[in-house]
Amino acid sequence: MSSAARKRLVTALLLAPAAVWLFLFLVLPFIAIVVFSLGERAPAGGYQPALTLAQYANLPARAAAFWNTLVLAPAGALACLLIAYPVAYYLAIKVLPQRRLLLVALIIIPFWTSLLIRTYAWMYILGGRGIPAFLELVGLPDVRLINTPGAVLLGIVYGYLPLMILPIYISLERLDRRLLEASADLGATPFSTFFSVTLRLSLPGMMTGFSLVLILLLGEYLIPTLLGGGKVFFIGNALVDLFLQSRNWPFGSAIAVALVGIAVVLLLAANRITARLSGARQVDLL
Amino acid sequence: MMRAFVIAVYGFLYLPIGLVVLFSFNAGRHASDFTGFSVQWYGRALSNTFLMEALTNSLIVATTSAALASLCGTAAALGLGRAGPRTRAVFDALFGAAIVVPGVVIGIATLVALVQLFGIVNPALAALWPGDAPPRLSLGYGSIIAAHGLFSTALVTMIVRARLGALGRDMVEASSDLYASPFTTFRSIVLPQILPAILAGFLLAFTFSFDDFIVAFFVAGSQTTLPMYVFASIRRGVTPEINAIGALVLVASIILVIAAQLLLRRRRPASA
Repeated sequence: MSSAARKRLVTALLLAPAAVWLFLFLVLPFIAIVVFSLGERAPAGGYQPALTLAQYANLPARAAAFWNTLVLAPAGALACLLIAYPVAYYLAIKVLPQRRLLLVALIIIPFWTSLLIRTYAWMYILGGRGIPAFLELVGLPDVRLINTPGAVLLGIVYGYLPLMILPIYISLERLDRRLLEASADLGATPFSTFFSVTLRLSLPGMMTGFSLVLILLLGEYLIPTLLGGGKVFFIGNALVDLFLQSRNWPFGSAIAVALVGIAVVLLLAANRITARLSGARQVDLL
Repeated sequence: MMRAFVIAVYGFLYLPIGLVVLFSFNAGRHASDFTGFSVQWYGRALSNTFLMEALTNSLIVATTSAALASLCGTAAALGLGRAGPRTRAVFDALFGAAIVVPGVVIGIATLVALVQLFGIVNPALAALWPGDAPPRLSLGYGSIIAAHGLFSTALVTMIVRARLGALGRDMVEASSDLYASPFTTFRSIVLPQILPAILAGFLLAFTFSFDDFIVAFFVAGSQTTLPMYVFASIRRGVTPEINAIGALVLVASIILVIAAQLLLRRRRPASA
């Protein structure tokens, strides 16, 4: 065997296990839900082959879940962005380098820590025996915090803030400090330097963080379930209901395909905006 | 002012976690009556057989999926370093999708595909099997491991590729100039340098799998993982026992993540 052919064979063998995995558990499942979304619900639940767009036409039946998600997810992502930016800026520019590693690690740790337990913590704090019980002691009875849209928003910000801070921090940390000095030397005020240099150059990081958080929020289930208490329904709740309770798999598949469609459109739009505004490519996470 | 804001954000991130840990030692049942220090809820949690079974399941699933992902992900990272630009673009897109697509969709799609697949394979197995009791494929350990392994393989590939990219080409070239075989070069030059990244990838993959609720929720079949058990108990009502389990899970994840971070920092200039 020639050495070039041998080299190609080794490359193929190295890639083969991951390729099989990606095909069996990503590509094939995605094809399966597209096929299912064109089918019909079997009388006993599950799937019956057909070729119809009826499931997609039926999407407005779950309009409330789409509405809640498409309002609260962008609102949560925006709140994350507004809180994350000053933190990322402080970590990248203001803090002493010897302290930076520890402070960044303290942001990474919650990101990798059980979202279930972290959301549960708020359930415990906002629940009847938590803050409301203390408010009652100081003479404010009947304050309801849990099972409200506000609680869901709080949980979203709490859960996804680290994921927003990291890419912004990375883009700010890579920023060439000489540009800031040049801007100041040319007579720009700190204020206008921030808007015309810093903010602009950190835009790819902001867009990466924003689109990543938004897309993951579109599929969020735990936070609305635990902090919304069945009153604030997300697309994720509709999917769990359709697959695990009412067993309408074709309709659920159509919703899942629609969700992926929305996510793809968002990603493409984010890439476009980033490219137009900064001419730079998106920041890879981690 | 900015400093105060940043301190407030760190407080916001850590106070709720701290409260769960603190109240796991509360002798009383509720946050509003802190009646003294006690480890009774830990005792209750550890003697709960359902909980211990769920914990065992989670450990099996997380270890297996992280180990498989470390092997596949490392091989893929090495392969992508040698592959052509078109192959690389396809893998980049698929790995990106594996990371970005929300867990709910991954869970549903895997469930749908596996149920269909079993519907085809099981009758075929039954027809071809010589004995009386043909094996039946069903949802369980295997499907959770496979679904978690998807995200984890993408994760390990990303981490190992970053380390490979930072690797000096000169050592590799020097090694082959000195007539070392490609495999010897790999074993003695490349592998020692990427090993910390592989281990970090393993730990993060383990953490992901150990903490995941939503994917397992769809594909676990009759099995229960620890997050599934905790979720079910939370829905039945908040009890101090959950605080104790939560505190243990938090501490375990924090230790794993710190270990992964230390591995990624080693012998690397202090950036990102």
